[in-house]
Formats: sequence, C-alpha cells, structure tokens
Amino acid sequence: MTTDVSVPAGLLPERSWLAALEQGQFLLQRCISSGQFIFPPRIAEPRSGATDLEWVPACGEGVVYAVTVISPRPPAAPYTVALIDLVEGPRVMGRVEGLAPDQVAIGLAVTAQVGHIDGVPALIFYPREHAHA
Amino acid sequence: MRDAFPRAATAIVSTATHGIGEAPGQTSMELAVRASLLALGRVGLKPADVDGLFVCLPTDFFSGLGLAEYLGIHPRLTNNNRVGGSSFQTYVLWAALALAAGQCDVALIAYGSNQRTASGKLVRSLLPSPYEAPYQALVPASAYALAASRHMHEFGTTRAQLAQVAVAARQWAQRNPEAFAREPLSVEQCLAARMLSTPLSVRDSCLVTDGAAALVMTRGDRARELCLRPVYVLGAAEATHHRMISAAPDLTVTAAVESGARAYAQAGIHARDVDVVQLYDAFTINTILFLEDLGFCPKGEGGRFVEGGRMAPGGALPVNTNGGGLSCVHPGMYGLFALVEAARQLAGEAGERQITGAEVALAHGNGGELSSQATVILGTGATV
Repeated sequence: MTTDVSVPAGLLPERSWLAALEQGQFLLQRCISSGQFIFPPRIAEPRSGATDLEWVPACGEGVVYAVTVISPRPPAAPYTVALIDLVEGPRVMGRVEGLAPDQVAIGLAVTAQVGHIDGVPALIFYPREHAHA
Repeated sequence: MRDAFPRAATAIVSTATHGIGEAPGQTSMELAVRASLLALGRVGLKPADVDGLFVCLPTDFFSGLGLAEYLGIHPRLTNNNRVGGSSFQTYVLWAALALAAGQCDVALIAYGSNQRTASGKLVRSLLPSPYEAPYQALVPASAYALAASRHMHEFGTTRAQLAQVAVAARQWAQRNPEAFAREPLSVEQCLAARMLSTPLSVRDSCLVTDGAAALVMTRGDRARELCLRPVYVLGAAEATHHRMISAAPDLTVTAAVESGARAYAQAGIHARDVDVVQLYDAFTINTILFLEDLGFCPKGEGGRFVEGGRMAPGGALPVNTNGGGLSCVHPGMYGLFALVEAARQLAGEAGERQITGAEVALAHGNGGELSSQATVILGTGATV
C-alpha cells in the first residue's frame, strides 16, 4: 500500500505564508490528523510526515519566551527581538513594541499584529491588557 | 540504541596552527595548506600520504575538492561536512570510523580563514530565514543573547558570571604566546563594555581573527611509529536539535547533552574523569551551557560554577587553556582549534599553560546557533 503524498493546502508553504502576511494575515498550519500546529510552514508535519495540513488564522496571543535588545547607531532607535510562545503551541520570532525595549520582560503576555519593519511584513507583538501571564 | 565506536583504535599524531591573529595577503586556502604542511611535516608525512581529507573553508562549498587539488592528491575519502564550527569534531568522528574500517590510512583535517584581514568581519554564506530575517537580529550574536536571557530568567545567571568566563579565557590567553588578545581584562571592564545584543556585550563575544589549523590521524599502530605521544580518540558523537534559534526546543539545554553522553559512554568515562576541557566559546553563555550539558555541573548552576576563577589558571577545572574563541582565535569556525589545544595538552606541548599530568581531554564543538553539537574525548596512551 502506498501513502498519498498530495499536499492540497500547503503546496507552496513559504509563498503562502508570505502572501498572507502581505495581506495582514497571521496564519498557522495545522495538521488535521494530529491537531498539531506547525511553524515554520512546511509541506509535511515534522516527524510523522503527514501532509494533511490546513491554514488557520492564529489567535495572535502568546507569551515572551526570550528577549534581546539591539541598539543600532543613533539616530536609529533600540529595538527588541523576541521569541514568543504562541497559545497554539509554536514559537515564533517577532518584535515587541508598545513599551520601552528594556521593559520587555520574559513572561510578558502579548498579542500579535501584522506590521512592517523597513517595509517588510512582520509580526509585531504588543503587551496584552492585564499584562503578565 | 547501540552506539559503537572504535575506542582508542585511532589517534591524533600531529597538530599545527598557522596565521593566528592576522595573516594579511594569504587566502583561506593558503592558510589551510600551510597548517596542513606543518602538521604533516612534524611526523615526516607528505601530502601524497593523505588518503582521507576532511575540510571546510568559510565561503567555499567545494573546498574539499579544492584542497585535494591544491595538495595534488586523489583521496579515497573527501568529507566536506558543514555543520558550522562543530564540523571538525564530526570530522574526527568520521575519520576514526573510516580509519578503523580501513577506508583510509592517513586522515588530514584542516581549516583556514582570512576573514579578519580580508573583510574585517565574520564571513558567512548562509541562506537567510524568511521567518527570522525581517526582525533584524544580529546574526549570530542575538541568538546567543536570547539563550542568555532565558538562562538568566530561569536560573538567576548574572552578567558578572558571564564576565567570569571572558576573564578566565583572557587569563589563559596571557599564557599562550599565539593568542590574539592578551592585554589584561577585568570583570568590571566586561560589565562596562558596549552592548552588542542584551545581555551580551562585545566582551561576551568571540574575536574576529584570521587563522588556520590542521591535525593528522592514523590508526593506533601507525601512530606509535610516527610519534612519541599519540593522542587517542576515545569517543566522538554529534547531535543536532534545530537550525534557527527560534526552532530550538529549549534555549537553556543544547544537544550537547546527547553528544556528550554518547561520547562519554563510548570512552567509558564520566565528566569527573576529564582533566582539561576545550569548549567552543563563541559567546560567554556557550561555556556555561556546555559545562552544564556536558555534566561538569548541574543544569542552571553554570553561572555559579564559573565564579571564583574555577576554570581560570590555577582553578579546579582548566577550561579553554589556549584562551578560546574569546581571547585566542576565532576565524569564523573555531572547532578545530579546540581539538588542537586538547591534543597539545595531552601531548605535553602546551608550554606555560600545560596542565601537569593531563590524561583525558574533551573538545566540544558548536555549530550554527547552538544548533549542532559534537563532542570528542581524547586520551593519552595511559587511557588506552
């Protein structure tokens, strides 16, 4: 018996991710058979190789897992680069804005918006109300 | 899982370094070739004797082919594996397997880079990730900074403890005439240094230098004919958890847990049996992570472990006795220099920084962004 390896939903995972982001949408892949969320986008679930993947909107909520502040030469402003644990499971890189970079702490509860960094679509996270998780 | 390894069947018979610091005008290939000729010449071998070639140069994907052509040899094995700075530990693993199996008789492992004098910065030939590149992290410093932020959060590790790693490396470098950075360095200077990517400053970061190294391996019987003090390969193992730092399962636990445990089991030793330790210190947090993951202290205790000069000259556990990537040499990929220093310590060739009576050494390589980890355990004839 052979396995069906057609990939209807995520045939072009990287292109689909970037296209959604261009339109202001933050999507995640989910494996229908296992229910696992997958990031970065792939043509198959890690380890199982399952290809029954679908795109679903991310709820956008997460918690800061790790953070660093980079201070470029002035007048450019310092900025954060953070790793965010999404409530769906995956961890993503993003910026945290909406408070001073040195105030972004591990454990901070955040919500994602799709914004731009130097014209490139990107995930920007803002502190969620009732702050720390 | 069976993890067979030809313990002590093969040995490092010679090592060499060349052009550490600045080597203006030399290409990376020329640097690697000079180091190779030095290493071969010390045991009376010529390029034509090499039939197993293990090399990667920083920007040349075909450097395995290029070095063979340059040396005028037709190797039976040419290995150009690229797992970052840990590639060289994997070369020792594969060379040991190939030598023991009779796939080759003389293995040459080489590296050279002119990145400092040619470009002044870390030379890279990596594909940027669409999932990380937009955020403009400093590559690779921010990846290690993220790991440090998490280690500080979970275990209370401090910047002063990170600074202890840099200061110990510098104190060792002051005993190594070949080391590039030998001026005094204090914890206070580290804490006052310019931030690179918080919590890591420029003093938490490795050097950008030129430099080349080479080592020669044979089977044990040949080794005893070629040199007085062969350095036997007791164990070697590699492991990888991720490529991008955002895909690391846990920023405070590296795949060194796996590579180390397997290498120790092959060698039949424990961390407490290791006399001298060489860890790939691209950043100060690396040393702390690897001391923990390789069993020298419990997880989370690395920051406290390095306090009080424990791994500095005169301390209980000598670590990075050449000065490491932080103070001796870091020409893009450092793994081979950790191996060379480990072998020099066991061959009694380490001069003012020699660890008296050292019988077992560990040389650990790191590649990517804490991505690839590879551990080699070496021993003197007394350990065979």
